[in-house]
Amino acid sequence: MRNQWGKPRALVLLTGLYVLWSLIPVAIAVQFSFNDGRSRSSWQGFSTQWYVGDPADAASVLYDPSLRSALTQSLTLAILTMLVATPIGVALAIGLARWRGRGAKPSNFLMLFPLVTPEIVMGVALFLVFDHLYDFIPFGTAAQFLGHVTFSISFVVIIVRGRLFAIGRDYEEAAMDLGASPWEAMRRVLLPLLAPALIASFAIVFALSIDDFVISQFLVGPASSVTIPVRLYSGARLAPPPSLNALATVLMVITIGAILVAGLAYKYFGKRFGGGDDSALETVGRFEI
Amino acid sequence: MPTNLQSAEYDTVGQKRWVWPGFAIPGVVWLSLLFLVPFYAIFAIAMGRIDPLLSRPVPEWNPFYWDPTVFADVLASLFGGQLGVVALRTVGYVFVACALCVLIGYPVAYFVSRKAGRWRWIWLLLILAPFWINYLMRMMSWVNLLSPDGQVNQVLAAFGATNLPDWLAGHHFVVILGLVYGYIPFFILPLFAALDRIDDATLEAARDLGANNAQTFWRVTWPLSRNGVLGGLVIVMLPMFGDYYTPNLLSGSPRTRMIGNTIDQFINQTTSQGAVGAALTIVLMFFVAGLMVYYLASINRATEEARR
Repeated sequence: MRNQWGKPRALVLLTGLYVLWSLIPVAIAVQFSFNDGRSRSSWQGFSTQWYVGDPADAASVLYDPSLRSALTQSLTLAILTMLVATPIGVALAIGLARWRGRGAKPSNFLMLFPLVTPEIVMGVALFLVFDHLYDFIPFGTAAQFLGHVTFSISFVVIIVRGRLFAIGRDYEEAAMDLGASPWEAMRRVLLPLLAPALIASFAIVFALSIDDFVISQFLVGPASSVTIPVRLYSGARLAPPPSLNALATVLMVITIGAILVAGLAYKYFGKRFGGGDDSALETVGRFEI
Repeated sequence: MPTNLQSAEYDTVGQKRWVWPGFAIPGVVWLSLLFLVPFYAIFAIAMGRIDPLLSRPVPEWNPFYWDPTVFADVLASLFGGQLGVVALRTVGYVFVACALCVLIGYPVAYFVSRKAGRWRWIWLLLILAPFWINYLMRMMSWVNLLSPDGQVNQVLAAFGATNLPDWLAGHHFVVILGLVYGYIPFFILPLFAALDRIDDATLEAARDLGANNAQTFWRVTWPLSRNGVLGGLVIVMLPMFGDYYTPNLLSGSPRTRMIGNTIDQFINQTTSQGAVGAALTIVLMFFVAGLMVYYLASINRATEEARR
């Protein structure tokens, strides 16, 4: 029974090596986005030229038309998707949590299906339907937006529903005992209690959309609809300049920002309205089997 | 915990019957039009006709008129043809990558959830970090490192190696390592959650009853975490089976082609082969149908438990 609760050195070592292996390649990619030279493998000093460099040679993220357009396209899609998918998902979560009628079960399955469908299947499905049935919707931003909302809705439902179950109905019932109408109870009691989940949903949908590759690529149209991940994919093997690393780094910073906003807002609102110990990790953990 | 004992009457008393389905309608309509219909379109195209003039697939929406010719060709190629090799290779890659995910991921998840002590939150942050980094960026980083004049070869050269290999020229192990690198965080996280949930008291009880470290692990911890392992495997296998970007970026050679690459080729890179692409997608779905059902059932079960 020796070393019962002791630190197993082999485990520390293995975990440490794993973390190094998982993060060092990315750290190197970020490092070379600041390289003062065109190489992505030999370091020539620090520079921000690949981010904001000269408009004249149009080689930086800010001035290269294709990199800049990828950045704006990704941001546009993420913001549009966030604004549309979140309200639809929240309403669907409330509806599914309380609707006990005949259509409730099939609707619930319809909501779960996109979560378990491989992205490539969804990509093919959407591509074919926009190509043959909804051919009035052009490939590019419109199709990509519709696709992104479609895969985002279910994530919102899962996040919001977890919180709905945790809240229960006692607070609304109390409000109605005190004279509120059902609608007032919902607007003035339930929605504020849902605030942390709402903000987490906004941020997570934003992150899902801006990080998406498969759907964006299957539904891509004109060059202006190329997003950052699609641009990284098409450029990675063509001996690209460090500006591609800079574009990837910008995407990483935006994603981390969105996640931080979600985490902080969740904590803050959780304190204000109680029951906010439900961490984002736990939300992901709910997918666990 | 608030109870939901009165909820059955509550609906009829507090809120009108149509209100809750009304909330669900926009989402249900959206998913019907943009998930169900597209899903059906895969079948309609795979079993449709080819327009002889435009040589373009024409969907057949009525299953009574479905034409299985293309689908049969794809199946013939799957059993004994070229596609069979690709399918076997895909299964092999996924199998080896999953084994490596368990071998590497289990100790990592175990350490961070149960043994990391005071610095646990830092370790947790470090194993979560890959989630915030785009998959394509992570792959691009490896393309960088493995390119002929990349850092990996620089290090090898510094140790005096000559005759440096081109890592990106179509090596099986490079693609498999890419898959492991890409998906292992998604394996570790659910496993971490499962291991984290094991009550210390259970392990103490095992020790009080005389079990040593190894016995405690194999007879208590491992069985209690098995569902976490299965869940993590399902989560990584679903995207691995449909992956095409990892082999394309890390090799691009026909030698490492997976099912996903074939689908990508017929859908994204040609205009007239949509029916073949759709038939291949159906084949892929048969491959992963069991995984999808397992995943679906488990999310559903988790929801039912949370509702109570």
